Amino acid sequence: MSSIEIAEAIDGKPAAPPARPASRVGLRLAGFLLPVILAIIWEILVRAGLANGRLMPPPSVVGKTLWQLAVSGELWTHALATLWRVAAGFGIGAAVGTALGALTGALPLARGLLDPTLQALRAIPSIAWVPLFILWFGIFEASKVALIAVGVFFPVYLGVAAAILSIDRKIVEVGRVFRLSRLAMVRRVLLPAILPDWFTALRGGLGLGFMFVVAAEIMGASEGLGYLLVDGQQLGRPDTIIAAIIAFAVLGKLADGLLLAITRPFLAWQDTARDRL
Amino acid sequence: MLTFDHLSKTYAAGTRALSGIDISVAAGEILALVGGSGCGKTTLLRLVAGLDRPSEGRILLDDAIITEPRADVGVIFQEPRLLPWLSVADNAGFGLSHLPAAERNRLVTGALARVGLAGYEARWPRELSGGQQQRVAIARALVTRPKLLLMDEPFSALDATTRASLHGHLLALWEESRPTVVMVTHDVEEAVTLADRIVVMQPRPGRIFDELDNPLTRPRDRLSPAFEAIKREALRTLDRSLTDSEPRQHKAAESAGMWW
Repeated sequence: MSSIEIAEAIDGKPAAPPARPASRVGLRLAGFLLPVILAIIWEILVRAGLANGRLMPPPSVVGKTLWQLAVSGELWTHALATLWRVAAGFGIGAAVGTALGALTGALPLARGLLDPTLQALRAIPSIAWVPLFILWFGIFEASKVALIAVGVFFPVYLGVAAAILSIDRKIVEVGRVFRLSRLAMVRRVLLPAILPDWFTALRGGLGLGFMFVVAAEIMGASEGLGYLLVDGQQLGRPDTIIAAIIAFAVLGKLADGLLLAITRPFLAWQDTARDRL
Repeated sequence: MLTFDHLSKTYAAGTRALSGIDISVAAGEILALVGGSGCGKTTLLRLVAGLDRPSEGRILLDDAIITEPRADVGVIFQEPRLLPWLSVADNAGFGLSHLPAAERNRLVTGALARVGLAGYEARWPRELSGGQQQRVAIARALVTRPKLLLMDEPFSALDATTRASLHGHLLALWEESRPTVVMVTHDVEEAVTLADRIVVMQPRPGRIFDELDNPLTRPRDRLSPAFEAIKREALRTLDRSLTDSEPRQHKAAESAGMWW
């Protein structure tokens, strides 16, 4: 018996990697079942003349509209405009939120000074800023990006500050016992410790970023998926509206998946029972 | 040589955790602190580790006063306290970041092999059992070759079999550089197995009640009559510490020696 075998015999638990259930792919596909069935039912009802498809167009009509928008290139112009705004707003909001969250989380003085004000500002519904932002930043890109940045800022700020405050004292003591300098403590203990919560906060922020880009573009824009929504409303084209909604859903899901794919390798060490939602 | 010089600790809330502790520990000696709960064992250890400051008195390690954590003092906590985002090897080598990678790997591989975890270098801590994690913590504390090793009930959360095997691993590692060891335990048998001297403490405020020497040579046979005798003596002292309020320092230690 090697020493490992002896050790395992003593501890009674060979460390095996968790098994991947074979049904996982099937479970994932099951999620498509409900929307697909509903869509088929609606299509049949409209075609059979049992339902009026004018206000709620059937999937085939929406699909055709989406296809036409894609072929004409319009869809990509709008999607890119929206994506750019979200990216810029998310970048600014996430950076400022992380910085201020780290500051108030780490320094009691900064917390005392800044946190009450920020909490008060948080109580303001972000859409209420729109008129002010339009006055300050004009009706073009800057005011839209600012609104999105505000929306992204708060969840990131709260998440980072809370994560820092909840770092386990016991693990920090390990750093102290090994005499880590302040910088080394941040790099080797504090940053890795808050990483999972930070990523979760970023995902929440990204979701809100997509919420606020719709608000910003409905308020007034000449391009973007939000503009497509308003355009469809004014022209009485519900199929355009639904096409834009679907584009929003796909874009949001892709952006979230991208963020998840980038961050996941950093969290391989996590001891969680299942993937976070 | 480690010296506690009239050490007292009063917490901000007014709790007097330690009062007038005087002990000298020779280089290479293994000292066990035992006592009922709330007698300040852990507080004492935290003071030696430099994680807290004494209210009165001082701690001297080779004539230098301890005020903060030192590079030549290793600590093993009650829990493994591994960093979950580091592999087993990186955890074990946490205190060796100043060394070149090759040298670090050599030391870590050696230390892990000696605690029976060869081949576990690339695992995550979550993949290890509690006993395995505590062994990584032992390797982490000893791989830096500390002059003084502090242990705060390091095996208390483990089952008896695992504990016995870890005692063996620990003594094997201790033999290599023979650091001074101060360990806190509530397990008298563990104290008799490992320690050269057992200090019994009393609570409210935490103070030394008595101490007894353990002259048994290592490896110690838990089933020998001599081991039993010392264990019984230690248990009796511990019992008295819980009923008596008057410390009876040294008197009983001498009689324990005579008894031999």
